[in-house]
Amino acid sequence: MPHINLKQGLPGIRGPMVFSPETTKPLCDLAEVLLTGPHTLTTAEREMIATYVSSQNDCYFCQYAHGSIVAQHLGGTPAQYEFVDAMKRDFESTTLSDKMKALLNIAGKVQQDGKQVTTADVDRARSAGATDKEIHDTVLIAAAFCMFNRYVDGLATWQPRDPEIYREIGQQTAKLGYVGRDYTKSFEPANKAV
Amino acid sequence: MAHITVPPGLPGIVGPLTFSPDTAKPLLILAETLLRGPNTLTSAEREMIAAHVSYRNNCDFCQLSHSAAAAAHLDGNYDLVEAVKTNPETAGISEKMKALLVIAGKVQQSGKQVSEDDVARARKHGATDKEIHDTVLIAAAFCMYNRYVDGLATWQPLERDAYHDMGQRMAREGYVRDRFPELGTETEDAA
Repeated sequence: MPHINLKQGLPGIRGPMVFSPETTKPLCDLAEVLLTGPHTLTTAEREMIATYVSSQNDCYFCQYAHGSIVAQHLGGTPAQYEFVDAMKRDFESTTLSDKMKALLNIAGKVQQDGKQVTTADVDRARSAGATDKEIHDTVLIAAAFCMFNRYVDGLATWQPRDPEIYREIGQQTAKLGYVGRDYTKSFEPANKAV
Repeated sequence: MAHITVPPGLPGIVGPLTFSPDTAKPLLILAETLLRGPNTLTSAEREMIAAHVSYRNNCDFCQLSHSAAAAAHLDGNYDLVEAVKTNPETAGISEKMKALLVIAGKVQQSGKQVSEDDVARARKHGATDKEIHDTVLIAAAFCMYNRYVDGLATWQPLERDAYHDMGQRMAREGYVRDRFPELGTETEDAA
């Protein structure tokens, strides 16, 4: 049961979001500008950074919600969901670009502690073609998910295990982004359309 | 030297905020809402939660600047702020604040560390759902700001005096200030 009184049936961050609209506005604006919109990193690549950090933080809701968003951006097939799982387990042995591997390495350091990011980590990213903006955004996406993950887990929110819920979240967010959405829909089994 | 090229002479988070105005806006509005918006916790109390978490994350810029902001809200009482940062249980603060700082310290490690007992203790001393929510989110947000500041290897002065005027501005003028004047919220001065 959540640590505070949240509306039932809202998975993960959606409970606290509905509880606190005044903080939800900047949180959604931040996710929108970091993860959607025009960028030299694709939306799938930025969502991968979010997914990887959430997985390292062991936040069930965030890693499966954002993992599903990645898979949906890539096409939504079972193979693409499996690719996300492989990326979380060991991104170095996937078919990702050298630049993405170097950025995920930086994100993993940020997840532990910002001071862990070394000049050698940044040089590796640069030699694979990463720009200042890509390095900046990687650090901030990783840092932001260290916030979102703690927000979701620190209030002991409801984090369902049903993959269909995450498939639906992934489809909707891949299509609609983060702002101007209605987050009040209940996902409780009793309320789910059969 | 910072990992990316930011304008010289800007301490801590100010460099990255200047580098990336699109992300600066929600980051600063979040800080303004959490630390200075209408709340049953004073701004001094909320700044102390921010300073405590930043201290635990060993982020010099954030812990020194938010200590200065907390002290500015407390008529310059740096001694109390130092006590809260390093050992809240023996500091001269309310039992409710001690319980909220325990929750913040757990969030700093991992959200999963917050136990029902931690929350029950805060409730016993009068903490509301909103106060518990805001404590968790302030602590979580500073786990972001700290990593943003340290992850880019920003320039961080280490002398407390370098933060005094900054703390005054944070406390009196807030976080959006002249950057987004259309968004200025009402000042809540807890001093």
